[in-house]
Amino acid sequence: MATEQDKILEEVTKGEYKYGFYTDIEMDMLPKGLSEEVIKEISKRKGEPEFMLEYRLEAYRNWLKMETPDWAHLNIPEIDFQDIIYYAAPKSKPKLDSMDDVDPELKATFDKLGIPLEEQKQLAGVAVDAVMDSVSVKTTFRETLAEKGIIFCSISDAIKEYPDLVKKHLGSVVPPNDNYFAALNSAVFSDGSFVYIPKGVRSPVELSTYFRINAMNTGQFERTLIVAEDDSYVSYLEGCTAPQRDENQLHAAIVEIVAMERAEVKYSTVQNWYPGDKDGKGGIYNFVTKRGLCKGDYSKISWTQVETGSAITWKYPSCVLMGDHSSGEFYSVALTNNHQQADTGTKMIHLGKNTKSLVVSKGISAGKSQNSYRGLVKVSKRAENARNFSQCDSLLMGDKCGAHTFPYLEINNNSAKVEHEATTSKIGEDQIFYCNQRGIDTESAVGLIVNGYVKEVINQLPMEFAVEAQKLLEISLEGSVG
Amino acid sequence: MDNVIKNIIGKDISLAELFDENRAAIESHSSSVLNSLRDEAFDAFQELGIPSNKVENYKYTNLQPLFSGDFTFSLKPETLTENLEDIFSCDVDTLDSITIYLVNGWYYTRNNPGVLPKGLVIGSMAQMAKENPDLIEKYYGTRAPHLSDGAVAFNTMFAQDGFFVHVPKGVAVERPIQIVNILMSEDALMTTQRNLVVMEDNSEARIMVCDHTLTTGKFVMNSVTEGYVGKDARLDLYNLQNQHNATTQVAGFYFEQHENSHLATNNLTLHAGVARNNIELKLAGSHAEGHAYGLYLLDKNQHVDNFSYIDHAVPDCFSDELFKGVLDDHSTGAFTGKIMVRPDAQKTNAYQSNNNLLLTNDAKMNTKPQLEIYADDVKCSHGATVGQIDEDAMFYLRTRGINKEEATILLMYAFAYEVIEKIKVEPLREQIRTLVEKRFRGELDKCHSCVVCGQKGTDVTCL
Repeated sequence: MATEQDKILEEVTKGEYKYGFYTDIEMDMLPKGLSEEVIKEISKRKGEPEFMLEYRLEAYRNWLKMETPDWAHLNIPEIDFQDIIYYAAPKSKPKLDSMDDVDPELKATFDKLGIPLEEQKQLAGVAVDAVMDSVSVKTTFRETLAEKGIIFCSISDAIKEYPDLVKKHLGSVVPPNDNYFAALNSAVFSDGSFVYIPKGVRSPVELSTYFRINAMNTGQFERTLIVAEDDSYVSYLEGCTAPQRDENQLHAAIVEIVAMERAEVKYSTVQNWYPGDKDGKGGIYNFVTKRGLCKGDYSKISWTQVETGSAITWKYPSCVLMGDHSSGEFYSVALTNNHQQADTGTKMIHLGKNTKSLVVSKGISAGKSQNSYRGLVKVSKRAENARNFSQCDSLLMGDKCGAHTFPYLEINNNSAKVEHEATTSKIGEDQIFYCNQRGIDTESAVGLIVNGYVKEVINQLPMEFAVEAQKLLEISLEGSVG
Repeated sequence: MDNVIKNIIGKDISLAELFDENRAAIESHSSSVLNSLRDEAFDAFQELGIPSNKVENYKYTNLQPLFSGDFTFSLKPETLTENLEDIFSCDVDTLDSITIYLVNGWYYTRNNPGVLPKGLVIGSMAQMAKENPDLIEKYYGTRAPHLSDGAVAFNTMFAQDGFFVHVPKGVAVERPIQIVNILMSEDALMTTQRNLVVMEDNSEARIMVCDHTLTTGKFVMNSVTEGYVGKDARLDLYNLQNQHNATTQVAGFYFEQHENSHLATNNLTLHAGVARNNIELKLAGSHAEGHAYGLYLLDKNQHVDNFSYIDHAVPDCFSDELFKGVLDDHSTGAFTGKIMVRPDAQKTNAYQSNNNLLLTNDAKMNTKPQLEIYADDVKCSHGATVGQIDEDAMFYLRTRGINKEEATILLMYAFAYEVIEKIKVEPLREQIRTLVEKRFRGELDKCHSCVVCGQKGTDVTCL
């Protein structure tokens, strides 16, 4: 029984990355290496105002003083930061009037990824700001959104067009000296998205950005800033796939969210960057700082993530619950296979009164991978009646992988009610037996059980995303799902 | 990294310098077994120092400031003029036990444990290391991590005395063994204690370690207990901490268990200034069972940090952890529970739970339950809660006409009882039960059995 199951598990888990392809577009890039000159050059090429250059340089000087963090349960090979290209933009200038002007190769890339950038996207009701490496290539729906007063554009454009808004909010949630990778990002960030939802506006569509790491040796440093004013609502989708590559690539992004009074922001991610091959060669290093600030009373920020890719994931989408009655949610599925390593989780910082947070984390480890949940729930002294519930489950497939849990609970207020639960288990033989008995073969049974196991999180995703997430799990566990 | 101790024995000196100066004297009084690790420990200590909150495992307890200040350091055995039995008597009066005393970490010379069961050895670590070095050598320094933990390195470099318990093969000790650690000194005192418990195959014993302070001065006690529980052996270990508020206690229990062995540790912190308990169980033989329990009742500015580490090194083992705390006033608590399941330690069952009641808005609790799992056929779970008294339960009791104060006491008592009921020595369980209940009722405001608790307005004398 066990051996047969192992065999199926093995078959199921040794699938190769299906989205590995490489787009050949001429690139305009700076030479490798990082220095104040490089930063000045990036800022110059992007035509940024003075304050941005200052911001970048300050972050760079902070970064120089910092050390690479080593507290995570990860084995990170030393990264040579001078061996990375910090700026790469597609040469064909992206100022296009219609779809026909978009580089056909680029279009084909998006098609392969299944992004309907064309008109059908409009019908699907999703606006896309596609980031190909560093410069935004094409933005759809901008006008429709503009009617409502919603700003959805690349951060470079925002810096030029809305400097006051950017100046006010950029770095207000993740300061430039927050941590090593955040400082690096603040110094060199190339592009990303900016979203501004004015007072009382509910975004009529789900905003989505597909990031794609492309040119060889280009670290991508996106910067996303979402500002939701009073009584507004937005759901933002981020999805990632990257071409197959042998050299490790660094990815250090920052996502900042500010939610004012009664605003609600829902941020969903499906991450499927190249995880390296079966022997752990290659793959993306994903070191991301994501943080949301529930600034106003009754505000709400919800993170949902499905992490299946990257050789190393280091990511803790967090919520700072500053406003009274604000709430934060974190739903996560992290799947690691082969030699992947993931150290991911969340921080819920309760500052305001009557704040609530919910954490649901589902880890799946297969192959020789290591999967860790690391989370902090902090209730400050003035946070009356804070409420938290955390659940972290791990599922192990195979005896060479590891699943770990490192929750931190820091409670400084007696009216807090904080609960944490974690379990680790494998798919029970009795569960498989039960399915077999009813005529479901073992492979389908494994799929069924995994599917059920992550359902709580997948259910949080918007419809199209949920479908994609299931597909990714399918690829990562090769046909066992569904 | 070294910790500077100001004015120790009247002059500015660091702990490493203190050791260096007195090294010759320490070594000449000790057996070669204890001397054998001093070099390594000294090197490690110079690098590690006394753990600060920068060290991940000591994140919530910064020992550095507690280990500095005006102290005398206990380098020689205490010479007592009065008889210990005259100035101290145990609270658990109905207990028929084999009792020995240690004063400031040194084996009390006039100990008279009475007639011991055949083969049982209870005595001084210093003496045993001289008389039977081969036996000690086999276990000494094998469990406690003197190379990676600064507090253990400190202990190992100064190690001179402590208690030694040896239960030979097949011997079941009927009466509980009671070890009373007494701290008494005219000046502020820093001291260490090194203990060893060896349970040979198929033996059985129950050991109670009671920590008391008899004088009001400041104390820093660093104790390390290593233990070996052989095949089919069974050991219940209780540590009862009842020390006044100016005491800092770092107590490490490092045990290794073999096939089918059963070990239960129970850390009952009824009163302490700052207490840090390290409980490490290594399950090294299949079907071994390890239980770690703890109860801490804190008030004033007390601080208790329980750090547990259960290492499932082989398949088919079972472990269970339960730590509960009630925190009042400005007290702070910390708990770390680490469960490690090594590769191939299949069929492991490991459970862990930490529950805390915060009674005031100034009390703080930090808890860190961790799982590190490298095998797939395992069942592991942990849970941690921090909160207040359950409103539904309170409502239920109120509807039955029980007033709020009484209901609160009842519920707190019920909360704590889950740990108390794990105590297998009945007179001890009864005593703890009464103590806890009295404590909740406010009848026993402060430490039960010390001369003065160090707090204004209380002068409970030793019973």
